[in-house]
Amino acid sequence: MTRRTVQLTIDGKQASVPEDATLLDACTSLGIETPTLCWAENLTPVNVCRICVVEVEGARVLVPSCSRKVEAGMVVHTDSPRVRTSRKLVLELLGSSVDMSLSPIFLEYSKRYGADPARFGPKAPKAKAGERDAAVPGHHHAPDGTHAATVAQPVKRDNDLFLRDYEKCMLCMKCVQACGTDAQNTFAIAVSGRGFEARISTEHDTALPDSACVFCGNCIGVCPTGALMFNVEHDLRAAKKWDESKQTVTDTVCSYCGVGCTLSLRVQDNQIVRVTSPSDNSVTAGNLCVKGRFGWGFVKGDE
Amino acid sequence: MDLRAIETPPGEDERAAVDSVLGPAPAHEPPLSARVTDERRTQLLPTLLALQAQVGWVSERGLGYACRRLGVPPAEGFGVASFYGLLSLEQRPAAFAHVCDDLACKAAGAERLCAEVTTRLGEKSWARSPCLGLCEQAPAALVTVAGQRPLEQAFGHATTDKIAAALSATPVAAQTPHFGGTGPRRLLARVGVVDPSSLDDYRAHGGYAALREALVRGTEGVLQEITLAKLVGRGGAAFPTGRKWEAVARAPARPHYVVCNADESEPGTFKDRVLIEHDPFGLVEAMTIAGFATGAERGVIYLRGEYPLAFARLSHAIAVARKHGLLGADIMGRGFTFELEVRRGAGAYICGEETALFNSIEGYRGEPRNKPPFPVHSGLFGKPTAINNVETLVAVLDIVRDGAAAYGSVGTSGSPGTKLFCVSGKVEKPGVYELPFGARVDELIALAGGVPGGKKLRAVLLGGAAGHFIGPERLHVQLSFEHTRAAGLSLGSGVVMVFDETDELGPLLQRIAAFFRDESCGQCVPCRVGTVRQEELVARLVAQRPLGSVQTELTLLNELAQSMRDASICGLGQTASSAIESALALTPFGGAS
Repeated sequence: MTRRTVQLTIDGKQASVPEDATLLDACTSLGIETPTLCWAENLTPVNVCRICVVEVEGARVLVPSCSRKVEAGMVVHTDSPRVRTSRKLVLELLGSSVDMSLSPIFLEYSKRYGADPARFGPKAPKAKAGERDAAVPGHHHAPDGTHAATVAQPVKRDNDLFLRDYEKCMLCMKCVQACGTDAQNTFAIAVSGRGFEARISTEHDTALPDSACVFCGNCIGVCPTGALMFNVEHDLRAAKKWDESKQTVTDTVCSYCGVGCTLSLRVQDNQIVRVTSPSDNSVTAGNLCVKGRFGWGFVKGDE
Repeated sequence: MDLRAIETPPGEDERAAVDSVLGPAPAHEPPLSARVTDERRTQLLPTLLALQAQVGWVSERGLGYACRRLGVPPAEGFGVASFYGLLSLEQRPAAFAHVCDDLACKAAGAERLCAEVTTRLGEKSWARSPCLGLCEQAPAALVTVAGQRPLEQAFGHATTDKIAAALSATPVAAQTPHFGGTGPRRLLARVGVVDPSSLDDYRAHGGYAALREALVRGTEGVLQEITLAKLVGRGGAAFPTGRKWEAVARAPARPHYVVCNADESEPGTFKDRVLIEHDPFGLVEAMTIAGFATGAERGVIYLRGEYPLAFARLSHAIAVARKHGLLGADIMGRGFTFELEVRRGAGAYICGEETALFNSIEGYRGEPRNKPPFPVHSGLFGKPTAINNVETLVAVLDIVRDGAAAYGSVGTSGSPGTKLFCVSGKVEKPGVYELPFGARVDELIALAGGVPGGKKLRAVLLGGAAGHFIGPERLHVQLSFEHTRAAGLSLGSGVVMVFDETDELGPLLQRIAAFFRDESCGQCVPCRVGTVRQEELVARLVAQRPLGSVQTELTLLNELAQSMRDASICGLGQTASSAIESALALTPFGGAS
């Protein structure tokens, strides 16, 4: 069966794409680079970050290109003043509330759209441990406006393998999807709370070892902001020893079982500091299990 | 699958609460082996509400038991439970009060009441609440007493004495709201006239004549009449009802659903509550007609959780209608089947957004879905769904019974018929008013007795928190869809909230900004963070402590508002700035001109 193609106009150029393509696909087919934060090729689009919005003529509001399907005859603008304003504001709103410093693409977008998060004032001090987890929907302290509220809070480190630094969480949902129907089907984490107090959480903020978590680390694999991180990487960064210029990435095949998962080993100073799998790998689609992801302690073993 | 359940066994009260919804547990519970996405999950919110009502809070072991029974992963169950304002995840006193401090109540002295309640009753037994939909009797409170036979009372003209009485499970008399209007009484025809518990009385006042007429007209005849009547949605979006119903009726996918959006939560809105409390059979009959016209055999009324009296009366009406063959199989002997149930919300304004409402019914967090696809193609359980506001449905009764021409004998050419307005704030007789479309704002205010005490009118909030403030010089605006649109305003849900010269706009704007921040679902960045930044910005303007100059603040607000309007997923974020922007045009804080 051949798929029908649809013609549409994007930024004055003609695009011809399969009928089930998204506007993002259509933009890509014309070489128009569209910023995305919550989208990933191996996950179902959730269209929550709203940075990929474009203007479709005749539509009342902007539309998220990552999930909006193309329609014949659509006339689309990807760099109009309305689009640029919304993209800039999305960057400023995230930049003023979340620590995005470990997302190079975010910093690049911010430069491109002239985002200035400081317009909203100095950042509010960090919340105490557990404070954000105890938030009650529909209630918050009235602000005086002198500081910009943030999601800053202490790191959650409750196991030997990885930690959760929710100061860096922009709620892109990728970890929830990877833990759920898009990869692992474990459902150890979900969004809880509401509004600005929405957060990724286990039930009742239970520590990961007491939750349904199986430590596959697929959430780390998809996290774009460094909120989920191997303990070893976190400690190196904290000690200011993390140095990407001294790192190499080597692909190998996991030796634990017969599936044949590709492992990408990031190594610094002869030490494995991060294990991933390519998201376009035909065996893993970027996913691993606890052994492939974390079971490399023996590499440095004595025997 | 690696699902893990919360293993701590439930207490007796928790087991009883959960089993009251789900029935007794089977002797050998199947292991939690797969996440259930089918109709079992739709019982999650009713189960959590039962825990809240009977136990007084949703404990870890209560939630764990509910999740185990329903095949819901605990993390997702917790995600749902922590979404709703009326569910408490912390233990609290069994008797608990929610005191409204929203716009109308604030103007009626809610702050004083809150201070007094704290002094006399302490801090642990109450919390502030967004609009409780009792604005015509402001200030209002909702008091719940948990137990095997839970007691819920929502009442107006709240005092500390009344709240204390309700907390000790003493019945507090419900007050009959004020009704008024000019022209024909259609929507309010039976309100305050019939006994809301009596089907006979309903029938004696023309009840079920519309359904009989619908069965004579046939599906096509009903659809045609609704379209000819140019009926549009009364919930705020003003979408043509005929087009909506026709799309569902013609949708090939099955089954079809009809859903009534009775999650009336727009601050200042209480018309749907009044309709349901005083004419519940009207809504039952209208839903039945909607099911007939759209080919749906199942209807759901999603009623906001803060309306206990409406819930009791509606549930009673449904039971009576079923007993008399007006619901169920072979209605009126015409081979048409329609089942109807009521679902209660649990304290979340966002669930009034139609797709969030579907998610809430389905047992997920009340987060809006991206549109398209629209509900007429993919609504409740992903099936074609006609979702309508209470007032829209009740208007259908007159159109079907008397025809589109008779319906359009009043109103304007663009907005035929009548409309309910919720008049509250500083007027002599706040209440629900039915007027033909086209009446002027000042006429309506005069009908409600005008501003008391010879005070000057300062501003009117038109359309609700998602609407606009207008000053005294714009009271000649005609109340119709086309006139308000031309004036850059919107009718919204029919809110007309009046403020006099003693009301400061600053605290009201701060309350509106806080409301949108509290009620944002948190999904998309423009709304989740934008509503926070907006509240901070309004606080600076009101305190006259701008960052930079007032002008830079207004520019920032303008960009913020534009991006929320343009890039938010749903109407909440898209309208979160409109009232604030309109008020700033009236009150130049900090001397901006």
